[in-house]
Amino acid sequence: MPFGPDDWSAIRLTLKLAATATCLLLLLGTPLAWWLARTRSWLKGPVGAVVALPLVLPPTVLGFYLLVTLGPNGPVGQLTQSLGLGLLPFTFPGLVLASVLYSMPFVVQPLQQAFDTLGERPLEVAATLRASPWDTFFSVVLPLARPGFITATILGFAHTVGEFGVVLMIGGNIPDKTRVVSVQIYDHVEALEYTQAHWLAGGMLLFSFLVLLALYGSKARSRHGF
Amino acid sequence: MPHPRPLVSTLAAALLATFAATAAQADEVQVAVAANFTAPMQKIAAQFEKDTGHKAVLSFGATGKFYAQIKNGAPFEVFLAADDETPARLEKENGTLPGSRFTYAIGKLVLWSAKPAIVDNQGEVLKQGGFDHLSLANPKLAPYGLAAVETLKALGAYEALAPKFVQAENIAQAYNFVATGNALLGFVAYSQVLDEHGQLKGGSVWLVPSKYYSPIRQDAVILEKGTTSGKAKPAAEALVKYLQGDKARAVIKGYGYAL
Amino acid sequence: MASDMHKETPALRARFHVAYGEFSLEADLTLPGRGVTALFGHSGSGKTTLLRAIAGLERHPGAYLEVNGEVWQDGDQFLPTHQRPLGYVFQEASLFAHLNVERNLNFGLKRIPAAERRVNLEQAVELLGIGPLLHRQPDKLSGGERQRVAIARALLTSPRLLLMDEPLAALDGKRKAEILPYLTRLRQELDIPVLYVTHSPDEVARLADHLVLLDGGRVAASGPLGETLARLDLPLAAGDDAGVVIEGSVAGHDDTYHLLAVDFPGGQVQVAHGPAPTGTRLRFQVRARDVSLSLSARDDSSILNRVAATITSVAAADTPAHRLVRLEADGTPLLARITCRSWDQLELQPGKRVWAQIKAVALLA
Repeated sequence: MPFGPDDWSAIRLTLKLAATATCLLLLLGTPLAWWLARTRSWLKGPVGAVVALPLVLPPTVLGFYLLVTLGPNGPVGQLTQSLGLGLLPFTFPGLVLASVLYSMPFVVQPLQQAFDTLGERPLEVAATLRASPWDTFFSVVLPLARPGFITATILGFAHTVGEFGVVLMIGGNIPDKTRVVSVQIYDHVEALEYTQAHWLAGGMLLFSFLVLLALYGSKARSRHGF
Repeated sequence: MPHPRPLVSTLAAALLATFAATAAQADEVQVAVAANFTAPMQKIAAQFEKDTGHKAVLSFGATGKFYAQIKNGAPFEVFLAADDETPARLEKENGTLPGSRFTYAIGKLVLWSAKPAIVDNQGEVLKQGGFDHLSLANPKLAPYGLAAVETLKALGAYEALAPKFVQAENIAQAYNFVATGNALLGFVAYSQVLDEHGQLKGGSVWLVPSKYYSPIRQDAVILEKGTTSGKAKPAAEALVKYLQGDKARAVIKGYGYAL
Repeated sequence: MASDMHKETPALRARFHVAYGEFSLEADLTLPGRGVTALFGHSGSGKTTLLRAIAGLERHPGAYLEVNGEVWQDGDQFLPTHQRPLGYVFQEASLFAHLNVERNLNFGLKRIPAAERRVNLEQAVELLGIGPLLHRQPDKLSGGERQRVAIARALLTSPRLLLMDEPLAALDGKRKAEILPYLTRLRQELDIPVLYVTHSPDEVARLADHLVLLDGGRVAASGPLGETLARLDLPLAAGDDAGVVIEGSVAGHDDTYHLLAVDFPGGQVQVAHGPAPTGTRLRFQVRARDVSLSLSARDDSSILNRVAATITSVAAADTPAHRLVRLEADGTPLLARITCRSWDQLELQPGKRVWAQIKAVALLA
């Protein structure tokens, strides 16, 4: 048996975290990407830059700021406490929040690009065919932007699975709550348990490869399809 | 059109100059230092350079990571580990200069809170509870984490407090969790809560009696790269000697380590 | 009067004031409730801006728009595009790439309550000849086919106003020729007003009943096609291609000489053409350069068509040697381009009765 019970627990937790974060990312990222693709506001630049920050920031920077702002002395920490939610560091919801922030550009950017490519015309056509804006969104925008949604979902999920630095900073390595696969691999390596580390790390490598293969494979197909 | 020869000879001259420079600084020593020993080692290295003319080039990090790097050809000549097991293991695997291993510091464990009047000087707070998270280094990875677990077991508080553990990857992160207030209290190294004058930086602290945990011996060793034809290189040997001298020992003690 | 068909309740009253930087549009229009109104002008004249404003695709403050007695926009009151019973055909067909032809057609149709549908799928498919295309994806269609599908899709929303923005402009000559007959047929069979944006005089001649001439964001002229084309004060009449379009009905066919006789309010013309059923409505174009004037009804020339007319006005043409003469043949306006020398020699003047000799007649449909 290559994986111990701790490993399985980390795998389960990682999948749960990635699935939860991806759902939230799609829910939040879609309107955000839509706004970024449509707006002519001067805020477009600053907001786009903030969304893209995790692409260039070391995860430890984000993790450090999260630890400070979500902590009992930080503004968000004080807010969550006053709302009776307690503190987020060392909790699963805290990891979800961190993952959402950290993976945001991987979801928002493909969606924004898909919406940009779409242009105004299909929306105008739909309006002249009596479709309300919501109706248009579901019957025209979603299907036409489908490749963007597939890319966003895959990248958001995969990136959350691969996240390490932020989790390390605010996770606290609690089994079944915050000990995800990447942390477990780190622990195995640090504890010189190279066999277990190899199994998990190899599994991660294979997973990432398959995800990217699915992504690039589907892109190649859609390019040659027509 | 320029002849290619001058270019080649320029290049060769540059290479020779580089080589000469390297040779001239041959009394450098590459040192891997356990993260908890960062502050004292910086102070010691400065004095070492002033007193001997040799230069200690320091890298700080986790002991387990250093082990993996050393096994895979990292150029470290002297290793100051956070424990005694890792140097012993390297010794057993013939990665060191035989007989060079010695204990350079013995770590002291403290229970610390960034807030005043939380931690009493008997550690009673551990039995009273009233906190959500107890920060400690991962006992699998860090000797201070193991010492913390031993202490809790000795106090009979382990079972009750285990659900409140937040485990850091190393003792520095365990300190961060407490310093930022995310954990109200945690087990850290005594050296971390003292300033450069040996005074408590802030908050409240309980110096855990050494009877509760096995000694946290931090061993140093001269690595294979620090040897030449079976003997220690001069700079490596000088550093190891210096660490055992009075000046260095004073610094080490000043930072809250025992010897 | 040739404009009888326009003397009914106006379908559209529009007042728009638009300004973007350099460009401005000032339009105050009343348009008839039937037939095709061409919005004609050069690029940049504001025709597309006007059409988009009427569709509600652009929202301009302070505008007023009333269609078939319903107010669509008045100050702050603004009916969004998707609530306006209109059809819109864009310059590029803009079919939904994720839907096949049939689903594209149904997109608008299924959003119209069954009780309000006046066009069904079979009718639209038949009218535009797209039956064989129903199960194809849009990217497997030619440009002309795509545009026919787009027109059918717009018709299937049972619009009370059809807006078409240069529907042929993106097509090459061959595709245009393929689609024009469908548009002509549409004009004859639809009983809703159509606003048709174009910069092509040929499309105007074939399709329009009413002409709005836009120039630099201003309405230079608006009126029934025949009268507006014959207005000497507009740049339309000055060019070498100037002419009028006349609508008539087939009176009979001379099988010996292969000539089709077409009656119109000012007389009859004969055109070299195959037989057509008597009474068929069709339109023909008479260019000013093909009309010469004589004082007597001489029949010693090879010119076939001769119409009695009265000179109503005269203006300078685009060369100093020519004059443009506007005539009326029993209410039907005609234009003639003659030399100044002939004008003086024949002692022509407004009010004088003449014979207009028509050298060439082009049947448009």
